[in-house]
Amino acid sequence: MKLVFKCSVASSLLATVAAVALASCSQAERVAKAPAASKVASVQVADYQGTVARVRRMTPEQYHNTVAYIFGSDIDVGSPFAPLRRTDGLLASGAASVGVTTGELQQLQRSASSIASQVIDKGSLDQHTPSRRDFLIPCKPVDETAPDDVCATKFVKEIGRLLYRRPLADARVAEFVAGAHKGAADLKNFYTGLAGVVEGMLLDPKVLMIADLTEQDPAHPGKLRLDAYSLASRLAFFLWDAAPDDQLIKDAEKGLLFTAKGRAQVVDRMLASPRIEQGTRAFFDDMFGFEDFGNLAKDASVYPMMTGATIKDAREQTLRTVVDHLLTRGDDYRALYTTRKTFMSPTLATVYQIPTKPGWVPYEFPADSPRIGLLTQISYLSLHAHPARSSPTYRGKALRERLLCQKVPLPPANVDFSILENPNPLLKTARQRLEAHRANPVCAGCHKITDPMGLALENFDGAGRFRASEKGADIDASGSLDGKEFHDVIGLGQAMHDHPQLTSCLVRRVYSYATGGPLTSTDDKAITALNAAFGQSGYRYKALLRMIATSDAFYEIVEPTTDSKTGEKKAAALSSDSAAVSK
Amino acid sequence: MKDITRRRVLRGVVDGSKVAVALPFLNVFLNGNGNALADGAALPVRFGTWAWGLGMNEKIFVPKTKGANWELPEEIESLKGVKQHINLYTRFNGFRDAAPNLCHKTGWVNSRAGMAPMNQTDYPGETIDITIAKKIAGPTRFSVLTTTATGNIRDSFSYENANSMSIADYSPLLFYTKLFGEDFQDPNAKEFKPNPRVMVRKSVLSGIMDSAKDLQGHVGSEDKQRLDQYFTGLRELERQFDQQLTKPEPRAACVVGKASKDEPQAGLDYTLVGKRHQMMTDLLVMAITCDQSRVFNMAYSQSAAATSKPGYDKPHHTASHEEPVDFDLGYQPQVSWFIRRSMESWAYFVDAFAKQKEGDGHLIDNVLIYATTDQSLARIHSIDNQPMFTAGRAGGKIKTGLHLDGGGSPGTRLGLTAMKVFGLDVSSWGTQSNGTNKEIGEIIA
Repeated sequence: MKLVFKCSVASSLLATVAAVALASCSQAERVAKAPAASKVASVQVADYQGTVARVRRMTPEQYHNTVAYIFGSDIDVGSPFAPLRRTDGLLASGAASVGVTTGELQQLQRSASSIASQVIDKGSLDQHTPSRRDFLIPCKPVDETAPDDVCATKFVKEIGRLLYRRPLADARVAEFVAGAHKGAADLKNFYTGLAGVVEGMLLDPKVLMIADLTEQDPAHPGKLRLDAYSLASRLAFFLWDAAPDDQLIKDAEKGLLFTAKGRAQVVDRMLASPRIEQGTRAFFDDMFGFEDFGNLAKDASVYPMMTGATIKDAREQTLRTVVDHLLTRGDDYRALYTTRKTFMSPTLATVYQIPTKPGWVPYEFPADSPRIGLLTQISYLSLHAHPARSSPTYRGKALRERLLCQKVPLPPANVDFSILENPNPLLKTARQRLEAHRANPVCAGCHKITDPMGLALENFDGAGRFRASEKGADIDASGSLDGKEFHDVIGLGQAMHDHPQLTSCLVRRVYSYATGGPLTSTDDKAITALNAAFGQSGYRYKALLRMIATSDAFYEIVEPTTDSKTGEKKAAALSSDSAAVSK
Repeated sequence: MKDITRRRVLRGVVDGSKVAVALPFLNVFLNGNGNALADGAALPVRFGTWAWGLGMNEKIFVPKTKGANWELPEEIESLKGVKQHINLYTRFNGFRDAAPNLCHKTGWVNSRAGMAPMNQTDYPGETIDITIAKKIAGPTRFSVLTTTATGNIRDSFSYENANSMSIADYSPLLFYTKLFGEDFQDPNAKEFKPNPRVMVRKSVLSGIMDSAKDLQGHVGSEDKQRLDQYFTGLRELERQFDQQLTKPEPRAACVVGKASKDEPQAGLDYTLVGKRHQMMTDLLVMAITCDQSRVFNMAYSQSAAATSKPGYDKPHHTASHEEPVDFDLGYQPQVSWFIRRSMESWAYFVDAFAKQKEGDGHLIDNVLIYATTDQSLARIHSIDNQPMFTAGRAGGKIKTGLHLDGGGSPGTRLGLTAMKVFGLDVSSWGTQSNGTNKEIGEIIA
């Protein structure tokens, strides 16, 4: 039995809470029942170098997911983190260089204080709130108004192990218990004493920062590897976007992660867990730049149907489509850009102008519909548009940068764009206005990179509604993408499907995400090998995850060195006498 | 009639979003002259910043005359009510040297950090608010308060270093909770009881600091620096706990109302931005009055402002590039419309400090607020002649009501002047051509 974390069966006290966290398990359960990745592909990355060791700050989602797993999803975490800077295409990669400011630490302290108070909450019958202390604290004190070191020790060991992602040293346990003792004595309340300890743990950089700690690799003398707990953390944050669960820490304790067979067994369990959906959602939410939904608003006088609920559902629709396509069905990643299968909610149905049923339901656009693939979903169309009109340029730029890992140059600083809104009434469509704009050779350089594929989406307005014309003029949705010509959005979807950089971009992003930072030249060989292996797997996403997570490159560590001439970071294996110390 | 205390009356009056209430001066809190605290300590002087995006239309923004006798051109006519509290600085320049002109970035980084960034991912080092906070934050709860009216946590112009942006408070309700929630100590409370939970927090914190030091021993040099910063943050937290365990100085005008339940919805419609700006400003003014912080930042918009107007299909930034210049007016009318809304909010901001009583004067007498933008003419991303404002008299050290003409000299002169006013031991500020050792002497009182 590989699954230890189920929607309906809990194997431990803390897992019970975690199971509660997965309130909407229907899709997660389907994911868990999908074919195991090990059966999809057993491709191994043979040619590789290890990765660099990093210290990264937890992302807000990782912190939230970790707290939810340990203490329950109903714990209010707040928004204590400073935003990350998108680095090499991912916010998560920005976590490898971001610092923690004084102001942010103050926010984190307030959040930690609030979480600790919720953990020891005794509940209220009047307010129908549960007594969290009864199920989160594994024992009861002899006297609630006094210290109880035995019970505190049990709690500190259990919670500390999960928060620190490794067992706490006895001396550290003793420190925390002494803190709980003092707090309980001063405040005359055992639980308030424990809250002080939880608050302190949540502020510890060993909790908030994910540090890759290393040790000598006995199988490869002179080389380093992640220590077992750091490897467990890397796996868990990669696949689940959360800290390791109890079983994974046990697997690390047993040394299971240092044998190919053991690691494959562990990874297969993780891929089979419903929590893989959480990790997949987090990755694609990041890669697609969906954090921008947090501040997206449309002009209500132009798009009255685009309410806050519509925008929220648009994001959810795409993530549901991705999870269903890649995890539940195990389909080819490329087909995400040609599939007509999705999910529908009543608020979205208004914009799509179709009938639907209450709640989220599976939906398939008819074969003659212009809705094909992710690019024609409201999320993409509305996110990359102006508040009151479409933007072929934004859409084309996002397609290249987000999905193909290409770089679109910034516009020159001193260019005058006003011709775009030329008052000439003959320029009715965006294509006509942009053509006039491209008459300026300074503008043409960038716009020929973004517009030909962005214009293929002009049959959808700034909210994502279908339209055949603009200001009375028929819309010409023809275009091209890197040498492939097409006459409508169906052709664009197929061009995306066939574009070689669509899959190589995913590989780059997933590998970055997996290893916790932007790619370096250290990763070149692994990326090349993974591109080939991903193709052999039929571009199955789960297979890609498995290849990376079970590869030796994933846990072997090299140290980057800087080329004195170019400044480029290169990798070199560390000699044994320069090894970092694991703890 | 039951006894109605002064505080009870005030609490009754203060409800909803308006929390700043002018109070009668209570001599007990101040010295005989009303210009210092009762213990003889001077009223603190605070530093703040205010940011708006996309500059100005010079023709209708820059006054015709210099000095004290200047008329407000139409784009800034909303400043009429606060003109006596502000200075306007024009024809001060930011310099790029070998750096490219990075749209909507070079300009504000010049003003806030005295340097021209080399690329879009080259973020400023320490910004001026952080530099001054290190000198004056003193015993307050928050070394810096950073807020935005956009509702977006990312809209901050404050950096501790290139990898560490100051987090922006973006929600009035969350900001209220942060300022005046359970950890707030009313400085005017009759009794002071140290919170025992704070004592517990402090005792646990020392172990966390040890843990940070231990982790530093296992990471590379770049990560060590990041952990150094973390450690500094923990020390600051410890100082805050100490401050919470100390009886605060009374602040007569500190009266905190209830939290408003009228949280503006997400969005950048100018009415939403304006409302958010008002609510955040009111909270900020009361936080400063209650001496919760002595350094503060407010961003009315991001640099490439995306403020929108119902029925007009282009947000401010888009309009700045796509709206034709009106042949008769000589400027882009819709763009000017957006700038005028920004200036109305700037007027509100200054007025909020001007109305707030403090001692025998007003809070505006004891602040210096530095207002900057990212471009001069946004249509062509010009960074020459970016306008700047200050507001407040910095405890009597700064003259107000002036229009200053920089004659093309570095805009960093104003930042340098501010640093000197706050007693920083600096002889110059800025890098390369932005470097200056010349203050703006005309504004020194």
